[in-house]
Amino acid sequence: MKPQRLVFGETLAQLGNEFKNLVVCDADVSSSTQTKLFGTKFPERFFNFGIAEGNMVSAAAGMAASGMIPVVSTFALFLALRAGDPVRSLVGYNSLNVKIAGGYAGLSDFADGASHQAVEDMAVMQAIPNIKVLCPSDITTTAKAVKTMLEYQGPVYLRLSREAISKEYDDNINFEIGKGITVNDGDDVTIIACGIPMRFARIAVEELKEKGINVRLIDMPTVKPLDAELITKAAKETGAIVTVEEHNIFGGLGSSVASLICETNPVPVVKVGIPDKFGESGKYEEILKRAGISVEDIVEAAEKSIKLKTK
Amino acid sequence: MTSNELQKTAQELRLTVLEMNHKAGSGHTGGSFSCAEILTVLYENFMNVNPENPKWEQRDRFVLSKGHAAPALYATLARKGFFDKKELGTLRQTGSILQGHPCMQKCPGVDISMGSLGLGASVGVGMALTARTKKENWKTYVVCGDGELDEGQNWEAFAAIAKWNLSNLTVIIDKNNVQLDGTKEEIMPMHDLKGKLESFGLKTMECDGHNCEDLQKTIKAATENKNAVVIIANTVKGKGVSFMEGQSAWHGKPINDEDYANAKAELK
Repeated sequence: MKPQRLVFGETLAQLGNEFKNLVVCDADVSSSTQTKLFGTKFPERFFNFGIAEGNMVSAAAGMAASGMIPVVSTFALFLALRAGDPVRSLVGYNSLNVKIAGGYAGLSDFADGASHQAVEDMAVMQAIPNIKVLCPSDITTTAKAVKTMLEYQGPVYLRLSREAISKEYDDNINFEIGKGITVNDGDDVTIIACGIPMRFARIAVEELKEKGINVRLIDMPTVKPLDAELITKAAKETGAIVTVEEHNIFGGLGSSVASLICETNPVPVVKVGIPDKFGESGKYEEILKRAGISVEDIVEAAEKSIKLKTK
Repeated sequence: MTSNELQKTAQELRLTVLEMNHKAGSGHTGGSFSCAEILTVLYENFMNVNPENPKWEQRDRFVLSKGHAAPALYATLARKGFFDKKELGTLRQTGSILQGHPCMQKCPGVDISMGSLGLGASVGVGMALTARTKKENWKTYVVCGDGELDEGQNWEAFAAIAKWNLSNLTVIIDKNNVQLDGTKEEIMPMHDLKGKLESFGLKTMECDGHNCEDLQKTIKAATENKNAVVIIANTVKGKGVSFMEGQSAWHGKPINDEDYANAKAELK
């Protein structure tokens, strides 16, 4: 287990030599987001903008327009909303090569409370044209997501948690923007998850198995663009879908999956996610449960989705 | 260009902008007129660019932070040969390379798309930091409006310019004292702009924004200074046309045929 933010910070520092034009920008929270690791190793390529996110993102746009590969890092909420205008008007509009690393996303900043807990960041990023949206769940895919986003030409939003994650995949797994990972095969219902709640989804798969329900579990580390082929195939072959995310059910993974499936292969899509509420302070697993994100919620949703398909 | 040639060229710029905006049926005339000399002096005597190679990596960069003055920039870029002058007649039309606000993807010579106010100085910070990191000698110039300075992000940028002492960045404030709903004083009084900038740790220089000789002297001094300099250019919104001067109404009012004829007569 390792905090996802640490995986991010360490990977950036490791890649600094390979990517000579990589520069990293932070807004006074590098000791939280762990960009300080890159900053210590490559001080001439690290820029602390202080608590000025709009300035930072706009400057990054200027850097990208001049041939650098800037990573902008701070808490997800402030990148998506506080700096939302330059993200949209400079980065998105011009498809500039800026990598937006939204840290402490979802409810993972559990003690700080609602003011710091981004429940809407993926919705914002999805609605801006040209920005890829990544939400990896484990150590391997997080590290690969960081490298892949640096290799990719164009704007990328990388959603990162403060929380500890496990290593679920081999180092040789193929990570591609826009591709989901089938973790478990099954034909009764499909569960599609991204980010931290993947760990609940894995447990839910086992519990459903004991109830005689065989789940196809798909990890979707790219929320935009979705792996339309994989998801459509799953809809066709299983007939029922559940989505799981640590994000508002409006505008996140579930929203996009439902929207896609309605056009390609309509089946029930039951969304597990934050029910259009803000976060709160508390113990992480408790506030997740209060936000409707837990193993029980996923199991319930799977059974509901299956029931809807027989209707 | 000599000072006289520069003044003449700036006046021609106004005529071009008048034509463009009249034909387009919309466009920001007041704020384009107030920066006519600034843009002319910059592009004639300072900007190291190659119209044959708009993406030349060692070029000087220009950020029109007050992006609505796009017609003035377009007139300048056309004159320099970045694109055919006939494109000027397509301002704001469907499919035009000349969008209502500058678009770097569509218009050769535009280094960054602008339009939303308050972002340009920050972009300039990023460009200047890049030049320094890469150890390259190109310069970055930013032109802001003073109404635009209502936006807080400008002040984030000013603090950053001072932090990193970006002497390869020159910000020029087109201080025409008018914005859209009224004068600067009416909408959001500026008080002591020079004092504010200096309290941010920035060196400031002031000049007459319609006097090419003064602009030339000041920009030269700014670019040669070892510290970051912000230039306050004192200007008049709508300069050159008596009924437009100092009028917030002429921020973006469409020019009807009568006003067009009267303005043209004054500018010739």
